[in-house]
Amino acid sequence: MRVNITVNDEPRSDEVEPRLLLVHYLREVCDLRAANVGCDTTSCGACTVLLDGKSVKSCTVLTVQADGHSVTTAEGLDGGAEELHPVQAAFRAEHGLQCGFCTPGMVMATVGFLSENPHPTEEEVREGLEGNFCRCTGYHNIVRAVLHAAESA
Amino acid sequence: MIPAQFDYVRATSAEHALQLLGEHGDDAKLLAGGHSLLPMMKLRLAMPSVLIDIAGLPDLSGVRRDGDDVVIGALTKHGELAASEILEREAPLVAHAAGLVGDPQIRHRGTIGGSLAHADPAADLPSALLASDGWLELQGPEGTRRVAVDDFFTGYFETVLQPDELVVAIGTPRRMGAGWGYEKFTRRANDWGIVTVATVGGRVALGNMGPTSLRARATEQALARGASIPDAAELAAEGTEPVTDLHADGEYRSHLARVLTRRALTRAAG
Ligand SMILES: Cc1cc2nc3c(=O)[nH]c(=O)nc-3n(C[C@H](O)[C@H](O)[C@H](O)COP(=O)(O)OP(=O)(O)OC[C@H]3O[C@@H](n4cnc5c(N)ncnc54)[C@H](O)[C@@H]3O)c2cc1C
Ligand code: FES
Ligand code: FES
Repeated sequence: MRVNITVNDEPRSDEVEPRLLLVHYLREVCDLRAANVGCDTTSCGACTVLLDGKSVKSCTVLTVQADGHSVTTAEGLDGGAEELHPVQAAFRAEHGLQCGFCTPGMVMATVGFLSENPHPTEEEVREGLEGNFCRCTGYHNIVRAVLHAAESA
Repeated sequence: MIPAQFDYVRATSAEHALQLLGEHGDDAKLLAGGHSLLPMMKLRLAMPSVLIDIAGLPDLSGVRRDGDDVVIGALTKHGELAASEILEREAPLVAHAAGLVGDPQIRHRGTIGGSLAHADPAADLPSALLASDGWLELQGPEGTRRVAVDDFFTGYFETVLQPDELVVAIGTPRRMGAGWGYEKFTRRANDWGIVTVATVGGRVALGNMGPTSLRARATEQALARGASIPDAAELAAEGTEPVTDLHADGEYRSHLARVLTRRALTRAAG
């Protein structure tokens, strides 16, 4: 089936099988490898991307469901004049990553979360990221990074 | 994990969805948020040959007042319910339960109609709507019918919904200012409830205490007779047959039902 999807601000048109998962479309068809497959069961959040600006787990969305919509991955984050997007810069500043596997998902979940709640409390940050697991368990620094990003915005 | 092959069609209206269901018969499945169906298809526990995508149907989304009821379109997402000002004011139990479903990403996709049609006894919205004395509007080839949530669930993942019917709306009486309580016992963030309890207006609904969401009738009757909250809550597990699984055994679930019912009723009274 033909799908028209805007990926990181670029309109694309691709022929896909209906069963192709969005995460596989992004990684294999678009060659964008930021979104990772961690659990493949909608639990870990490593595959989080934005669909029309809202965070979703791309292992549980069909590519055909994104037809006519726009998708943003970590590659599409724009820092403007800066090298990194403010959320990415905050993760770096606060050491919000260890192995880095969960990080693209954490960053995208954070971008989505802060667009809905720009001035969160620490508790709201913890709840807002409850769909993202870090198996290196560096949660404290991740929470600091999100609060830092909210302050610097 | 990759689902088995299927054909994908997009419905453009409720009537079109019904027509497609009629054409494709039992092999077809409706697709709303996909957050129950796709995980099952990835595990090949479900292998429909046709998916009929209803996510884009106009008019089936949103929350509005209608006389004495609040009416919710079947495609309204959990996150939209949690953020709805109308629900916050007039059916806060439903908004609160929706805000506890899964995690934010799941709440951006999953829909209330999908949650009720799927009928998982551990799910949050079925119990919240059962306690609220809610109803569903079902549309089929012969027209629409209204079913009370009380009569909707018939067994484990089973409802009175026919294969050629669509859930179009869910309603609940407006209850501005009524005391309510919702308790969800989980061991980790974003888990399903091991047991849940919802209460409003003297009705008490239990989640994961049997094959369907169900009413704690003995508790309700005791309350109606004027029993104290602790005495009524002691009866919460009466007549239930909770399962034993890796999270909890049946006896522990019964204990949770009593404790959570006391907490929910206390919250509702306060
Ligand atoms: C990791 C994870 C955690 C979760 N945690 C929770 C939780 O804590 N609490 C909870 O309550 N839920 C939880 N869920 C389930 C979630 O709420 C689902 O969104 C919901 O159960 C199904 O809604 P959906 O729109 O995604 O339905 P779909 O998956 O699209 O459909 C589910 C079923 O309903 C049918 N259907 C859908 N819409 C209609 C309609 N309008 N009319 C008739 N039939 C229809 C479909 O054909 C299918 O059989 C979780 C899901 C996941 C993946
Ligand atoms: S890979 Fe999608 S949630 Fe884990
Ligand atoms: S940094 Fe290793 S999983 Fe989070």
